Amino acid sequence: MSVLIFAELDEGALKKSSLEAIYYGSKVAALTGTSTTAIVLGEGNADELAKAGRFGATKVLHASDAQLNEGNAMAYASVVAEAANQEGADVIVLAKSSLADSMAARLAGKLKAGLAANVIELPDVSSGFRVKRSIFTGKAFAFTELTAEKKILAIKKNTITPEETEATATVEAFKPALNDTDFAVKVTNVEKATGDILLPEADLVVSAGRGLKGPENWGIVEDLAKALHAATACSKPVSDLDWRPHHEHVGQTGIKISPNLYIACGISGAIQHLAGVNSSKVIVVINKDPEAPFFKSADYGIVGDVFEVLPRLTKAVQEL
Amino acid sequence: MKILVCVTSVPDTITKITLTDNNTKLNKAGVQFITGPYDDYALSRAVELKEQLGGTVTVLNVGESDADPVIRKCLAIGADDAIRVNAEPTDAYFVAEQIAAIAKENSYDLILMGRESIDYNGGQVHGIVGEMLGLPSISPVMKLAVEGTTAKITREIEGGHEELEAGLPLVLGCQEPIAEWKIPNMRGIMSARTKPLKVVEATGKDTLTHITNYELPPARGACKMIPASEAETLIKLLRTEAKVI
Repeated sequence: MSVLIFAELDEGALKKSSLEAIYYGSKVAALTGTSTTAIVLGEGNADELAKAGRFGATKVLHASDAQLNEGNAMAYASVVAEAANQEGADVIVLAKSSLADSMAARLAGKLKAGLAANVIELPDVSSGFRVKRSIFTGKAFAFTELTAEKKILAIKKNTITPEETEATATVEAFKPALNDTDFAVKVTNVEKATGDILLPEADLVVSAGRGLKGPENWGIVEDLAKALHAATACSKPVSDLDWRPHHEHVGQTGIKISPNLYIACGISGAIQHLAGVNSSKVIVVINKDPEAPFFKSADYGIVGDVFEVLPRLTKAVQEL
Repeated sequence: MKILVCVTSVPDTITKITLTDNNTKLNKAGVQFITGPYDDYALSRAVELKEQLGGTVTVLNVGESDADPVIRKCLAIGADDAIRVNAEPTDAYFVAEQIAAIAKENSYDLILMGRESIDYNGGQVHGIVGEMLGLPSISPVMKLAVEGTTAKITREIEGGHEELEAGLPLVLGCQEPIAEWKIPNMRGIMSARTKPLKVVEATGKDTLTHITNYELPPARGACKMIPASEAETLIKLLRTEAKVI
């Protein structure tokens, strides 16, 4: 028996959210008296694999195959299923992401596993196996009993604060049987912003809405984000108007995020927008309309013109 | 082109969630149910593809009779017929089993649904259905074009998107901007009344998860207002009080 963690590489480095998943997995293993194994797919260097040990894995299975360098949900699910069977893992942990979500859905079908998505706490294993997960995009929580033998937990960002130690993990090469049918979907082109902080991974997010009046004014948002080392996001109308790309849209039908800090500039705060951001630890709202509903859901508010306030905040951050 | 669109009946996005029966049930009183917004995108694209390439669009819902108004609306938007599996959609595996059973009886070129339902946000039914049918599944799909027996797809990834090609049949979890939502017109609403809605009983009853009770998030404390003339104070408070920067 063991807990298996699907740890994701992004441009050769273990994702921050995956380190959180490894740490979470090690705590689940401690609760259930089992060991913690991480599986890493694709070519990656020894330093990155060692990191898995420092965050709680006692063993790392490394499927170092160039065919697995591109995130392929179906192939990944087959490999993780094979690893789960080899290790006798009955709990599989992963951090929610675009790739991990698709992989987990296939894996649930393969293993006939109960999958709980958006898990926000460690499981209660005192009788059975019960998790707390966010539902209705953060508007409620459901305590869910996982009754299947195999369980998959997809954890939300900021579920646990990982601690790094000096521990080391043994690294084993893992040679999965790759199946041609898992490569039936051909990737013809990838367009990805490089160098930017990925929005779902970001601890700090600066977001803006129609109050910015046009895409040409985004410089003041980007300046504050840069000073804070934050990611940028936007509201749905802004993405619908093509002022900003869709992958920056946070809200009910966009990306759901749970960063430490969410700064909303010129966003009124419709309930559909709040749904995407309401699990942020701290929310700051800057809006010239004192009646903007978003102030009711914020921790800090400034009633003012974003065109004046944002440059002043940027300067204040630079002077810290 | 035979398209199956799986839809959920979910509380409207503006619903304030409340609980009942000692927090073991969601309170449905006064709640307006709508087609899942992501499912609506899938349906709209399906109807567009039918208009472009010919064929049929069948709507499938796993739910009880209170989902019928949502199904009728899907018919009014342009689906040709509908199937309702008469059962409470207890968990993702159960729902996927029902969809897979219907799909095995009819050979669909495309099985579309939303990337996730907006009530439980699991986002797993498309993947499980894909496994059960031995078909590729892709999610979240932002664009879909069909040329002959090949689908050209744009999928959202973190920080961007990827373009994919795959042969039909396929299972797809959809999201915006795959199509503009369609609003039913009067002719659609009239014809929807007489379009076939077949009610079938569920096959299998495997559930792998079970909700014991619910909880609502605690209210945030009062918002601390900072005068615009002292905007810099915010940065100090974020560092010393909130300790997030």
